[in-house]
Amino acid sequence: MQVYARALGRVRLPQWQRARPYATGTGQQQQQTFDKILIANRGEIACRVIRTAKRMGIRTVAVYSDADAEALFVRQADEAYRVGPAASSQSYLNVDAIMEAVRRSGAQAVHPGYGFLSENAGFVERLDRAGVAFIGPNREAMAAMGDKIQSKIIAKRAGVSTIPGFDGVVRDAQHAVAVAEEIGYPVMLKASAGGGGKGMRVARSAQEVRDGFRVAADEAVSSFGDGRILVEKFIEEPRHIEIQVIADGRGNVLWLPERECSIQRRNQKVIEEAPSTHLDADTRRRMGEQAVALARNVGYNSAGTVEFLVDKHRNFYFLEMNTRLQVEHPITEFITGLDLVEEMIRSAAGLELTTTQQADVRINGWAIESRVYAEDPERYLPSIGTLERYREPEGSSAGDKVRCDSGVTEGSEISMYYDPMICKLSTHGATRGEAIGAMTRALDRYLIKGVTHNIPLLRDVVGSAAFGRGATTTAFLAEHYPAGFRGHRLTARTAEQLAATAAALQFVRRAREQQQAVAAAPAAARQAYALLIPQLRDSGEPAVLEAAAELELLSPALSLQGTNAFAATVTLAADGQARRSELAVTWDVDMPFVAVRHVPSGSDQKGEEEDLVVQFLDPLALGMRLQFLGTKFDVSVLGQRQRALLRHMREEERPDTSRLVLAPMPGTIVSVAVAPGDVVAEGAEVAVVEAMKMQNVLRAPRAGTVKAVNVRPGATVSGDDVLVELEGES
Amino acid sequence: MLRTIAARGVQGLRGLRGYATAGTAGASIRARIEEKRAASVAGGGEKRVAAQHAKGKLTARERIELLVDEGTFREYDAFVEHQCSDFGMGANRITGDGVVTGVGKVNGRTTYVFSQDFTAFGGSLSRTFAQKVCKVMDRAMREGAPVVGLNDSGGARIQEGVDSLAGYAEIFQRNVLASGVVPQISLIMGPCAGGAVYSPALTDFTFMVRGTSYLFVTGPDVVKAVTNEAVTQEELGGAAPHTRKSGVAHGAFDNDVVALARTRELLSYLPQSNREPAAPRFTADAADRADAALDTLVPSDSRQAYDIKDVVRRVVDDGRMFEIMPDYARNIVVAFARMGGHSVGVVGNQPLVSSGVLDIDASVKAARFVRFCDAFNIPLVTFVDVPGFLPGVQQEHNGIIREGAKLLYAYAEATVPKIAVTTRKAYGGAQCVMSSKQLRGDVNFAWPTAELAVMGAKGAVEILWRNDPDGRARAEDEYNRLFANPLPAAQRGYLDDIIAPSTTRRRIIEELEALRGKKLSNPYKKHDNMPL
Repeated sequence: MQVYARALGRVRLPQWQRARPYATGTGQQQQQTFDKILIANRGEIACRVIRTAKRMGIRTVAVYSDADAEALFVRQADEAYRVGPAASSQSYLNVDAIMEAVRRSGAQAVHPGYGFLSENAGFVERLDRAGVAFIGPNREAMAAMGDKIQSKIIAKRAGVSTIPGFDGVVRDAQHAVAVAEEIGYPVMLKASAGGGGKGMRVARSAQEVRDGFRVAADEAVSSFGDGRILVEKFIEEPRHIEIQVIADGRGNVLWLPERECSIQRRNQKVIEEAPSTHLDADTRRRMGEQAVALARNVGYNSAGTVEFLVDKHRNFYFLEMNTRLQVEHPITEFITGLDLVEEMIRSAAGLELTTTQQADVRINGWAIESRVYAEDPERYLPSIGTLERYREPEGSSAGDKVRCDSGVTEGSEISMYYDPMICKLSTHGATRGEAIGAMTRALDRYLIKGVTHNIPLLRDVVGSAAFGRGATTTAFLAEHYPAGFRGHRLTARTAEQLAATAAALQFVRRAREQQQAVAAAPAAARQAYALLIPQLRDSGEPAVLEAAAELELLSPALSLQGTNAFAATVTLAADGQARRSELAVTWDVDMPFVAVRHVPSGSDQKGEEEDLVVQFLDPLALGMRLQFLGTKFDVSVLGQRQRALLRHMREEERPDTSRLVLAPMPGTIVSVAVAPGDVVAEGAEVAVVEAMKMQNVLRAPRAGTVKAVNVRPGATVSGDDVLVELEGES
Repeated sequence: MLRTIAARGVQGLRGLRGYATAGTAGASIRARIEEKRAASVAGGGEKRVAAQHAKGKLTARERIELLVDEGTFREYDAFVEHQCSDFGMGANRITGDGVVTGVGKVNGRTTYVFSQDFTAFGGSLSRTFAQKVCKVMDRAMREGAPVVGLNDSGGARIQEGVDSLAGYAEIFQRNVLASGVVPQISLIMGPCAGGAVYSPALTDFTFMVRGTSYLFVTGPDVVKAVTNEAVTQEELGGAAPHTRKSGVAHGAFDNDVVALARTRELLSYLPQSNREPAAPRFTADAADRADAALDTLVPSDSRQAYDIKDVVRRVVDDGRMFEIMPDYARNIVVAFARMGGHSVGVVGNQPLVSSGVLDIDASVKAARFVRFCDAFNIPLVTFVDVPGFLPGVQQEHNGIIREGAKLLYAYAEATVPKIAVTTRKAYGGAQCVMSSKQLRGDVNFAWPTAELAVMGAKGAVEILWRNDPDGRARAEDEYNRLFANPLPAAQRGYLDDIIAPSTTRRRIIEELEALRGKKLSNPYKKHDNMPL
């Protein structure tokens, strides 16, 4: 039992689960790298590194915090050592504890993953002194590129094109404003030590610079222990395109085809693809060569990424170099066939890269990655909880190449202590269209219950025409969802599909309740339902789409398991038009996945047949919760009398929360800006809540007087806790 | 459906031989019959129906339409009128007399219904009203079918005086005789006050509709006059106090439509009567489905809580359960669910609330549920994680001894299949109570995380090493090593097996299948004398 093994401080896997000897596909001579490596990270990236290490025949050591004692990566590693309590500052950032784990385990090298200590030169120095290899760049190269200000200066020297900006750390908010006005708005405030979007803020006015400076500096301190901030020009409508470089210590430096990571929220990447639709071969080559020049200039080894902003004329500007394995590396692996972790391990062991000739690097097909986060896609707020139901779509659709990089299984906890990413879902195809198709199917087959997740958004973006055209800029989400994302907008066709599917499922569920074979009672082979489908308007106002569905069973008998065929007529109340179709619904009653083949059959309807995957998430008192095109819909499926009589029911009264400031998520109160009796304007800051390393400024929903403050800094709050109450001025 | 019911009557008559050739006398009686039937359907009339709707309530007939399968309702006593002539009542008759009674099918199964009509005399109870209700109750009992009562009544019909009271008593008597014979469910869908409250109280389950229903013996005016407490109807007897504080109601629903749909769902878990088992239902959820998440669900730190409902949902069919009293005594969970298609009653200590301790409310809540399941042949599946009975002056002085004994009694007396799974703590007397082997538990399993002992290590060591504070730390380790695991109980045969949590579903379903042949009866007695 896991429980007992853990009590001994480490976990041993049975022999059959341990690594098989390392064999390369190219028939290369097996070369010795390390016997044992320690992964100074957690979650999916720890699992990712363990996978390659096992394939190479290297034993693996995990380190874990108390919150991760049961985590998948701990179970997958050959050994595991506790390094501290849940807070990462006391565990995954605790250099002393990790050095102790290195010593006790006898690991010869450490892979830092990304984040945490991956770009901490001090940590590398400690390892160097202990004679333990760091699976990453050498300390000097890391230090040179790790400092964003210095890296820009070096980049300029190396002939890399850079963005106009202020080359230096700003002293304080006032200085930041002065610099911003010199460069011209909008400007970007970012942590000098940062990366991954933490401690980054765009500001469009002096006030925003002052607000943003403080928040960015606080985040920088809490994430990186370094509050230095710099200011630069913010280029609008840019694309974020980055070049992967790999280098060994023997003078081989290669650039790999680009990744485009333009679709971002809060400056964090959401969907990435490789290659980019935007680059031509010449631009790609010039970017690659500049990246290699920069890497050579600082004597870089291991894997690294040079990030550029590319404008619509394909002018590109150096942003920064990340001296670590990038989160989105799987798509590069998909199109190049390389294993970047393997290259890093070889480089750290002093071996050559597996490929040393730039000419051997080719682009094979197209890959897309979706970052599946535990977060509310409408408000971009992290969500925590247990993955009550969790099934990854890997291998669920025949022929699709799907890769899931995750560190969770069903029952895993998404805690408030770490990044809320659940999985990196990547697909590969011979063409971009194939990769998109595979991604669409994979998202539909991805079952997650227990935490709010962003699959609705991912599915909507991937399925959109703009994404299909490759019209992706960093402003994609802001432009396509100006009022925020509100879930998939039903069209007449998708509404018809959803209504017909829900009615068909109700048909099957009803037959089960009645415990009767439909074949024995022909009258039961026809059912009519009224459907109510709530959907928020773009304004956020609730609305209800109403439809009537008549179903006739075409199969000779109804089956509670397997496929049933129906003739469906759906009439949407909005246009009164009856749409006919034939549906083949494959469903084991009450199980999560429903496969629907929808074939329009009326002359009034044009359109191809379509294969859909719908998720049956939960039955509801008057219907069911379905996930359709990524979005959850609570569909009421009613009998005619139920529909008629429901009109007499009163709407539930919702409590008036307009005078309350609620915690948007579980987290810790960083600061409270108001006291009882204070008069606040609408939009004034009242408190800052930190969750998952993100600081969220909570503002007054309306003008008024502060009636009560229910929290103090340092307090732990749950979602929807009332933090501050206002009164007066309606 | 309203129209359908009326139309059925007409068609029924037309089917009679000679209908078309009847003479004028016949024609006039037929006209009167139709007139009366129409009057019965109209109830209190359009204005009152509109008023009922304006309150967000459905009429008595509309409620029946949503409760039973479409087109299956057969009404009785539609022609009944009251026989009272005092206070001018002779001139004030409404055919049907304020209640609609009859029988229909719920998911194809016969179910008797009475539905009080607030639009007719405010749904007040007369002698004839009571007779109508008693008639369907008598039939339900004789034939073995559930009774659902839809309550929406101003109370006794004061004009009838003692006749009305006698009517209540006749119903109470039948509620008691039917208890344990056929399932009785009460929905409170409007006012229910005074003596009227005791009929729902005698039935198996009472559900309320939020915002439109209330239950109390005496209303706010009397309360104010007698005790000088100012309270609203909602605060005194609404769904909130009865589902959270008093435990009088077993659940509450948002509106009439939802309440009736959910009642249909509840009925699907129950047998028609105590003479048969609940009907099995098809499930696509495999009986041998392993659930790896269960292996890590119980936190390794024994001070950390987890949700027992997560355990239940992972084990039962389709992850679905119908929870009874979800907002009352939340330190224990009771629910209907299915395993391998067959209904089970689930009882689980809830570590999330007060560590799952047994207190007065939790004991009584679970005891009543266990007795219901035993009466109606529904096997019991118990998940045990209980630190003991709740200590405290308030608990002792309110009779935790007597009230706790109820749960002990209920488990000990139950002869249905009883399976228990100890997930973590099973301490002290509470361990004995929760479906233990000695209380004729058929199968007792434990997870590897289980600890069965008289008490936790700290408490035990403080008693055993009272005079040796220095030895305590070592003794605590020793105690934990010996007792904080399921081995001692398994070595003594108090546990039948220690199972991997991931296999719990399969193991329970296998045992339930074997136990379908279980025959066990208690010694003959007139009735038992459980502590009340």
